[in-house]
Amino acid sequence: MNELIYFFNYVVVAGSVTGCIYAIGAVGVTLIYSILRFAHFAHADMMTLGTLAVLLLTLAFPHAGDPLGLPTAIVMLPVAMAFTSLVAVGIDRAFYQPLRSHGVKPIVMVIASLGVTLMLQGLIRLFAGTGSQNLYVDARKEIFRIDVPGVTRPIILTEPQVILFVITIVAVVGLHLFLTRARLGKAMRAMSDNPDLARASGINTRLIITLTWVIAGSLATIAGTLLSLDVAFKPDLSFFLLLPIFAAAIVGGVGHPYGAIAGGFLVGFAETLAVFNWSVLLRPLRDSLPTWLELPSNLALVGTEYKIVVPFFILVAVLIWRPTGIFKGKVI
Amino acid sequence: MTAPSPQRPASSATSTRHALPIRELALFGGLALVVLTVFATMGPAYSTRMLVEASCYAILALGLTIQWGYAGQFNAGIMGFVALGGFSATFFSIPVNHAFWASDLPGRLGWVLLAMVVVTAIVFGISRLDRIGVPKLLRTILAIVAGLVGYLVVISWLRSVTGDIESQVEFIGGLGLPVWLGWIVGGALAGGVGYFIGHICLGLRSDYLVIATLGIAEIIKAFLKNSDWLTRGTATISPLPWPVPDPGEVGFLTARALYLSVTVVMIAVIFFLLHRAYHAPWGRMIRAIRDNEVSAAAMGKSINRRRQEIFVFGCILMGIGGAVLTSFNGLFDPQGYLPLNHTFLVLVMVILGGPGNNLGTLFGAVLVYVIWIMSGPMALAVMHAIVALGSHWFDWQPGNLDSRALQARVFVIGLLILLVLRFAPRGLIPEKVAHHN
Repeated sequence: MNELIYFFNYVVVAGSVTGCIYAIGAVGVTLIYSILRFAHFAHADMMTLGTLAVLLLTLAFPHAGDPLGLPTAIVMLPVAMAFTSLVAVGIDRAFYQPLRSHGVKPIVMVIASLGVTLMLQGLIRLFAGTGSQNLYVDARKEIFRIDVPGVTRPIILTEPQVILFVITIVAVVGLHLFLTRARLGKAMRAMSDNPDLARASGINTRLIITLTWVIAGSLATIAGTLLSLDVAFKPDLSFFLLLPIFAAAIVGGVGHPYGAIAGGFLVGFAETLAVFNWSVLLRPLRDSLPTWLELPSNLALVGTEYKIVVPFFILVAVLIWRPTGIFKGKVI
Repeated sequence: MTAPSPQRPASSATSTRHALPIRELALFGGLALVVLTVFATMGPAYSTRMLVEASCYAILALGLTIQWGYAGQFNAGIMGFVALGGFSATFFSIPVNHAFWASDLPGRLGWVLLAMVVVTAIVFGISRLDRIGVPKLLRTILAIVAGLVGYLVVISWLRSVTGDIESQVEFIGGLGLPVWLGWIVGGALAGGVGYFIGHICLGLRSDYLVIATLGIAEIIKAFLKNSDWLTRGTATISPLPWPVPDPGEVGFLTARALYLSVTVVMIAVIFFLLHRAYHAPWGRMIRAIRDNEVSAAAMGKSINRRRQEIFVFGCILMGIGGAVLTSFNGLFDPQGYLPLNHTFLVLVMVILGGPGNNLGTLFGAVLVYVIWIMSGPMALAVMHAIVALGSHWFDWQPGNLDSRALQARVFVIGLLILLVLRFAPRGLIPEKVAHHN
């Protein structure tokens, strides 16, 4: 049983945490894709930017969360979301809008988003340096230990992980209700289906584009902050986050928000399972194994340093066998 | 994708031909002036080094210009191909590690490699079992199980062998062969990786190629950084031999000038070949595919084959350029390959100079590299001035100033990309599209 609890702590919990973060990130990417038709590479840096805003606010008011009993970073999240959305809309107006009105190819938009990535990276590192910082300023992470009867090892959950699960569920349900019930959400889906038809039937496409950036910026802030709460704020993660997030979006079918959520969890669990040392689970069997079969001490599929290989191979496999993704994305 | 790109308006200025290419002459004259100013202020040894590095970057930029300019494929993983070329140059040129070859380790490594081949063959064989009547589902399951088990067995052997190599002889050393052989193999390696990526992505949307190349670059870097048995990892390898006499033998200036002459000859050869290819029927076909894929396909051109060809070709140039650059630096440090320095700088060179125009690309490479090298000290000076003001007015005291000032250059590169895309999408020396009326 101890091994199972170990498996639960190091695979189920860790995989869900990574999966939630990738899922929220991938939803943002896929929404931008379905409305604006290009792969937005600056998304990972928008996550970092949002987190930086949270960090700065937390540093400024370290005890704002105490009355509510929540970490200050969570209390500051809405403010940071508003700020990041504003920046995202501003970037769109300043850089993407002119290119769009020139009618450039999607790949040029991709290059422009790489330019935006670099600008954001430069700004972020100019203000935050390159070292990692903890979002828990003047506070401690609470750790919950749940004892399972008959087993010595407890199930371990930390406070940020619990918050992460709650916020992910709220965000996903909120997004679902927005897309299916609200007028603007329906307009958004119409525009992702057929922009020309949407415009002809009187939908304000400019407003929809602005709204897309607001949602994308907010989701990016949530994902970045939750990731940083769980580990720490690292300004130079961006290229390592991009690949899993894009892999998640493509696995789920590009332009398909629910697919992106599934893809995020798939990629997150695949990463966790690949770096998990399976020999721990086989240890109880060791005595009953024949003598010629000696188990090596390290049965992980890939070392932690090669974690980035996992999303890459998922991406390659999907592109080879099912380029539309699991849930049939719209466009290839 | 279907709308014709307004980037290349039909009424381009190419119909009015000047007797003298005034624009090119003026730009290259200005560039020569800039380089001469650097020579006058920074001294000849430093400036020659800058020119050698700029010429290595020019090879990289020529590689990107055929991918992006000729064929409209964007490669965001130049860093990976550069690192691969650099590794090959290092591996071939550094002296042989006799301790490694005298031990039993080469044999064990050989057995592991053999096992790898055998496992691959077995898995491949199982994946073809359906030809002899095994149900497809069963075949898939068998292939996956066999692949997983075989992979785990091989990887655990490999881990034990590489662990022994690291603990007993540090790393496997080089081959002690001439450098140019490493350069050629570096190009071939990069081309091989390019073939693999291109094979997967080129039939799909162009965005996927960007993601895949970005990913493969990080993977190559992670592999080189963590394979201590192969590359010494973060311990770095130096010095690397040069194909020309070392600075120790003939002095810095002469040695660098000799190296420069080697790179210039290489560029001249590449430039000549590209020029011929561009104006040949092959070049026209590539441009036709770029500008109107549907009609090119209707004319019976094999789109994916041609794209594959040009992608691999560009990757080979990047591998060679990276090998030459690494040899010149004299240090193989996997962590020294950065997306900014080895991917985005090259991108700026190409889109600023003029994608699809070889001359423009060369111009962009030298200009951007000179600006890049000079911007380091300039950024530091500006940062110091700002901080002096800041501490005077607001009592602002940021730490690790120098690294932050260098980060400011990242911002400038990003801004430059956006400004060029917005205001000069065809570059300073645009591609000349020939019109035949």
